[in-house]
Amino acid sequence: MKDFVLIFRLSNSSDTKPSPEQMQERMNWLAGIAAQNKLADKGNTLSPISAKTVKPDNVVTDGPYTEIKEFISGYVIVKADSIDEAVELAKGNPIFKIGGNIEVREVVKRD
Amino acid sequence: MEEKATAHQELLPHLFRLEYTKMTAILCRHFGLKHIETAEDIASETFLKATELWGTNGIPENPTAWLYTVAKNKTKDHLRRLNIFETQIKGTISADGFQAEQNIDFTQQTIVDSQLAMIFAVCNPTNSMEAQICLSLQILCGFSVEEIANAFLTKTETIKKRLFRARANLRNDNFQIKKLQKVTIQSRLDTVLKTLYLLFNEGYFSKSNNQLIRRDLCSEAIRLTLILTENPLTNTPQTNALLSLMCFQSSRLDARVSDTGEAILFEQQDKNLWDKELIEKGNYYLINACAGSTNWRTKYHLEAGIAYWHTTPTDENKWQYILQLYDQLILIAYSPITALNRAFAYAKVHGNKQAIKETENLNLIENSYYHSLLGYLYTDTDIDKANKHYNRAIDLTKSKTERKTLIRERDRLKE
Repeated sequence: MKDFVLIFRLSNSSDTKPSPEQMQERMNWLAGIAAQNKLADKGNTLSPISAKTVKPDNVVTDGPYTEIKEFISGYVIVKADSIDEAVELAKGNPIFKIGGNIEVREVVKRD
Repeated sequence: MEEKATAHQELLPHLFRLEYTKMTAILCRHFGLKHIETAEDIASETFLKATELWGTNGIPENPTAWLYTVAKNKTKDHLRRLNIFETQIKGTISADGFQAEQNIDFTQQTIVDSQLAMIFAVCNPTNSMEAQICLSLQILCGFSVEEIANAFLTKTETIKKRLFRARANLRNDNFQIKKLQKVTIQSRLDTVLKTLYLLFNEGYFSKSNNQLIRRDLCSEAIRLTLILTENPLTNTPQTNALLSLMCFQSSRLDARVSDTGEAILFEQQDKNLWDKELIEKGNYYLINACAGSTNWRTKYHLEAGIAYWHTTPTDENKWQYILQLYDQLILIAYSPITALNRAFAYAKVHGNKQAIKETENLNLIENSYYHSLLGYLYTDTDIDKANKHYNRAIDLTKSKTERKTLIRERDRLKE
């Protein structure tokens, strides 16, 4: 089993406060992964408001990357045998209904 | 006047149980576990006074506060009497183990801390699991000896004996209830969780037919586990996994028993009776149980996972997931019942014929569930064998409810 990070991206900051129904759907999806014993870490939601970007020469800007419209809204870590399996797990997330997307990345283990 | 009397009769048993255990916990923390009897006496006297006064005067505006005030005064009286005895009769001043300060702190935080400490004091590994569960029911849940005996379908004398020894160990344990140490918590948490797990199972798979008792045991186990989630030291992934398991299982409590007290098999349950709110709570705690990238998962995680799929009727792959979870569970926590449950899941995935082989390999010929499972698996292909196995299961089972169900299943073979 390898670890894969699912990185959630949204394009509209108003969607970061989901409705109770959306929340419940999301919890169902996440619990389903946990119930397969494949949720390595429930991850976190990242605030789009309390956000700064630090650049070289002490330049600090407000917000996540302002140049692009998308921002990362959160992540979870799943366990899977292959990236295809991790992708299958990601497909059930309700984020697609509100125009978001999920990036799936394998965690590189260095020992 | 009559109205008052009935109101207090309804309110008191409920208040009694919950507040009695809290009060004893706080007083024990104050006096030390050595003097648990004193703490219990003061709490009992307080509730006795409430019974007397509230019946005639009506319930005070804030019943809980009233109870605590009375308890405080009774403690002061007790310490004063003790002091007189120590100084005037024995001629010493030392009041062994007792605190000279008379002000007991009944703030919310102390209540929570005391209850948590009491849970850890009661779950003493030197006591047998059975004794720990009895002690938990008495001290943490406020059950009477009769109620405990009812729940276990045991004689009150047996329970009394069990409690007597367990309480002696509790007094002599030198458990530092005043300040719960991190080390103590870490070394005892596994025992605590196991006791709560068994307490819950005692209710969920109760030998007793009484739905009220079962519900009581289950909800008490949940209440105590919730206390563990409120303290950062005990709010571990295992604790959350256990709580999640309890929520999922409880969501099906109503659907599992018919109006006549017969057990309803999973496949025949009315899914509308499942409690949605508890299922959502189960989801919540299951996700919390996966905090931190630990690669190992406890049996509570796996069992909660299995319970999750049982509450999810729609997913077409659910039996495959359940089988995978049982495959993992059997490696870390083998028990005959787990092996048989796995065989049932195996049948759901690979068909009854294949599962018969899996099951017969287990060779648990003295186990009633072994035979009822084989009875079920043979139903479509070999009615004689099915009948034989059901009969064996009916002979072996000790539960009345189960016998009823098995007889019903066996008789359906003839239809």
